[in-house]
Amino acid sequence: MTEYLGLSMLLFTIGAAGVLVRRNAIVVFMCVELMLNAANLALVSFSRRHGELDGQLAAFFVMVVAAAEVVVGLAIIVSIYRTRRSTSVDDASLLKA
Amino acid sequence: MTAFWVLAPFMVLAALGLVLARKAVHAALCLAVVMISLAVLYAAQGAPFLFAVQIVVYTGAIMMLFLFVLMLVGVESAESLAESIPGQRIGAVVVALVFGALGVVGVAQSVTGAVVGVDAANEGGNVEGLAALMFGPYVLAFEATAALLITAVLGAMVLAHRERLGRRLTQREVAEGRLQDYAHHGTHPGQLPTPGVFARHNAVDTPALLPDGSVVETSVPAPLRARDQVRPGDRSEVDAVARELEPGEDPR
Repeated sequence: MTEYLGLSMLLFTIGAAGVLVRRNAIVVFMCVELMLNAANLALVSFSRRHGELDGQLAAFFVMVVAAAEVVVGLAIIVSIYRTRRSTSVDDASLLKA
Repeated sequence: MTAFWVLAPFMVLAALGLVLARKAVHAALCLAVVMISLAVLYAAQGAPFLFAVQIVVYTGAIMMLFLFVLMLVGVESAESLAESIPGQRIGAVVVALVFGALGVVGVAQSVTGAVVGVDAANEGGNVEGLAALMFGPYVLAFEATAALLITAVLGAMVLAHRERLGRRLTQREVAEGRLQDYAHHGTHPGQLPTPGVFARHNAVDTPALLPDGSVVETSVPAPLRARDQVRPGDRSEVDAVARELEPGEDPR
């Protein structure tokens, strides 16, 4: 049981390290997705631990929010790429082009 | 528990691959491995509905979206490996290690008590149980989700919409611009040279050759050049083909 939480913690940490280290905005986004997935694993594990389905429902809502977030985030990345011809997070340092 | 111990090492390796992979497509593949393994872990923990949703939503929709955007952005967007903040990478690794250790210790110390298991809660079916919760106590959250999805769709449409900043160029202006380029920079006004077709290959990665046997770089599509996938087309290759066709005779 604690193994699942440990794995979830490990995946979350790897995702956080990726967000800190990587420059490509798309890869940073994938690392955020990894963190969300790790949180979902923890929610499902707690659901089994307590014998309630609330945790699974919370994980489901996280998935819905993640899907909406990916749609908007990738649209932002594409529009930044159009104006700057780059997906590096270092280049997008100004609000105005 | 067998599923966990088989999948967990793969998941950690794939997650590390996501962070360390040089190319974004490899990172996406690693993330897909993590997501499919997670789906299996959900199934092993008594969540068959989440198993299906994880496969359909994450590996189906979200990964497809990532790959589409990678395709749009293209291969030229190479990531710079220079650090813009000195010592950022080492700092990030140290922070991650401390955070991970803190989390593992916290989990190990705070989680106590026996595992109940969801078998009793799944008595009337997992999907039915989730539906009773979703349309019962959590119905407001469900309604908010609908608003969120509509907002996301509208946001994506607004962000992806491209405004034309200038007037559309007429055919005459394009032609005049080409000749101006030719006059001032010497750019060839016609189309680019077509790929060369040798006796052995008829693919577009074969470059055209000039009369002196040198390779015309612009005859191969730019993405192939960016990926270094241009087939070598120098004199010795041509000679080798000529020898195959007429053995025992010097082509020159």
